[in-house]
Amino acid sequence: MSIGLGHYLILSIILFAIGLVGVMRRKNLLLLFFSTEILLNSVNIGFVAISHFHHDLTGQMFALFIIAVAASEVAVGLGLLIVWYKRQNNINLDQMNSMKG
Amino acid sequence: MFEAIAFYIFSILTIIMFYITISTKQPLYALTSLGAGMILISGFFFMLGADFLGVVQIIVYTGAIMALYAFGMMFFNTTKEIQEPRHDSGAVVTLSTVAAILVIMIFVGPIIGDKMVSLYPPLQGATNTQSIGMVLFTKYLVPFELAAIMLLVAMVAGIVLAGKKMDRSLTLMTEEEIAMEQEAKNKVLV
Repeated sequence: MSIGLGHYLILSIILFAIGLVGVMRRKNLLLLFFSTEILLNSVNIGFVAISHFHHDLTGQMFALFIIAVAASEVAVGLGLLIVWYKRQNNINLDQMNSMKG
Repeated sequence: MFEAIAFYIFSILTIIMFYITISTKQPLYALTSLGAGMILISGFFFMLGADFLGVVQIIVYTGAIMALYAFGMMFFNTTKEIQEPRHDSGAVVTLSTVAAILVIMIFVGPIIGDKMVSLYPPLQGATNTQSIGMVLFTKYLVPFELAAIMLLVAMVAGIVLAGKKMDRSLTLMTEEEIAMEQEAKNKVLV
């Protein structure tokens, strides 16, 4: 039983589904950010697996850029979250209704 | 055989860790299990021969991003449990699984058709890091520089946003409050 591309892609699907469930169910914004990290990581596994089994380095390049995007997303998102927490004293998603949408 | 054992152990552990991340009520447990999951994912990268990415995963994710979250958590009240409404999650799980399968199919569709031509195969006799360097600094030089600029902008934004006096908004303040603040500032200057 050798591990093929399908195994890695199924793992990627499972992790992506876990991340999506987290994004839909979480109401705390900090834990919502955690779920987005899970999404980015699961896609990275898929990219690297395809890159390995098809002998092409492009997948690893894209995984590298996804990591860079994740790092900058965390920096800006956490800054915004801190500003929001200083003003409103909570980071609950349901109470962010100041625009009355 | 060894690869299969490692794959199954790593996948089960990763899935358990990420499940804890999305289901626990304690933010600190979520942070710790997310960090553990990131390190386990680097194990997959090493198994797939992507040594450079595995090291980058450990350094950037568990080194930088987890540390940033840990520092950010000091601003929030993380000791109390999170209260979340427990609504029916069957539909959510179904929708998520369908969406995840669709996303992966979007990637896999062109590959299954066997129309994919290897543009940048790994170089003969070169390590993974050397091959990545060759491709990154020739074909992907412009995206690389753009990523560098993006990280610089994100760093400046993070410093400005988390800095002092960002908890006040001039648009939400009344005219009198702004005038009083200006007066106070002038007093200090004089």
